[in-house]
Amino acid sequence: MSIGHALASGMGGIRTTGDLVARMQLRKKMRLPEAKKYVADKLGVGVVDLTDSTVMRGLREELDIGVITAVPGAPKGIEAKVRIAKLLDVDIPCLKRLGLE
Amino acid sequence: MRTIHTRMGDGYMVELSAEDVRADLEAGSADAVRRGKVPPLEDGELDYLFELFAHPSRIMGVEPGHEVVLTKDGSVNTLYSAQLSSGVGLPLSREQCFRVFERAFGFDTMEIGHPDYSFKPVKPIVALEAIGVEQALLSAIIPVFYGAMPNFGLYARPDGPFANPADLLPRGQIPEAREAQMEMAEACREDMLYVSHVMDEMGADGINFDTTASAGDAEFLATLQAVEELAATTDLAIEVGMAAEFVLGFHGEVEYKGTRLAGMWPHQQVKVVEQAGAHLFGPVVNTNSRKSVPWNVARAVALVKECSRVAEIPIHANVGMGVGGVPMFEVPPSDCLTRASAAMVEIGRVDGL
Repeated sequence: MSIGHALASGMGGIRTTGDLVARMQLRKKMRLPEAKKYVADKLGVGVVDLTDSTVMRGLREELDIGVITAVPGAPKGIEAKVRIAKLLDVDIPCLKRLGLE
Repeated sequence: MRTIHTRMGDGYMVELSAEDVRADLEAGSADAVRRGKVPPLEDGELDYLFELFAHPSRIMGVEPGHEVVLTKDGSVNTLYSAQLSSGVGLPLSREQCFRVFERAFGFDTMEIGHPDYSFKPVKPIVALEAIGVEQALLSAIIPVFYGAMPNFGLYARPDGPFANPADLLPRGQIPEAREAQMEMAEACREDMLYVSHVMDEMGADGINFDTTASAGDAEFLATLQAVEELAATTDLAIEVGMAAEFVLGFHGEVEYKGTRLAGMWPHQQVKVVEQAGAHLFGPVVNTNSRKSVPWNVARAVALVKECSRVAEIPIHANVGMGVGGVPMFEVPPSDCLTRASAAMVEIGRVDGL
């Protein structure tokens, strides 16, 4: 069932920018259009590019914020989130706990 | 005569004429208007839903660019747990499951939760749960929630210490039943706060209160009070997911900040949830298994559309087994699931699922 939603309606997580848009909903209570515009502006792309995996695969690697495929040396976990927090200018609670904000 | 293959709310296939599908869509919308006192679906929206169900493809989806954020209740139990959580019993740890959701399924957020997915059983083993959240936070990129249910019934005898209102009410002991529910609410709230504060210490991105108000208005009050405190004192994003489409008045006189909770529909529930300080709201619309899926989906999106219209926080509609128009069946059929998913986004105007 989860996969059904992911394919039908989901933003795609770290395949694209779903995690980034989600963070704006969680940290700032942004409704979806505002959250998408905010992330698109921070990434320097159009809103329609946010769910384009062809565009975002390369951009995520360029921005060093973690990619979906297992690339040696590409940031994962905490390392990626440190860069995401800086890119989006948003707090991520676990980084504050670790003194990495 | 053109016929359309769809399903009933119990999941079984049915063949309907185009006229019957259209009639069911209109009737579902009309039922939402009658019960929830919300506006009916517009003609263009009914046209969209008709085309959605008339299309012969097995799988449907939203238009490119209309995708929404996915959160998930029930956490990674879907993979490693058993039938009790609609799980498929994979021999994977929670940390492994989390990575599967992040990298294989492309989810936007995910939860860690206990197999016994309620706050009361989690409280004594919260250290173990905290480790699970901590490990996920270290290795994952997507936001990490901790999820559990208030599950009010666990606080009444024989499972809990308090008198059972379900025993007291049939005996006409209404004041005693109300008193028992308020005692249960206090204990439930304390457990929710205890666990949530631990998750906040771990640095969890959020907490999800799943199936809120499953036992009615007193449970809803306990959750709202917990949300209020957590919003004021922690860094957690707070998601409140409901159990049913309206709040059962099992107590009947419970109020939150002067507003009676019993009888609330999604567009009313969201306002008190916002008032308490939550970040996300997950409305529920229950599936009627005796009606067709088109009827159920039309009804669900009409109710959720009004909720989305009045909301000031993101709306993540529940579209799962038996809710959001999806058939009430253990293995929800993909043809209906993806149609309900798309409809909830395109017509329900939700911010997530």
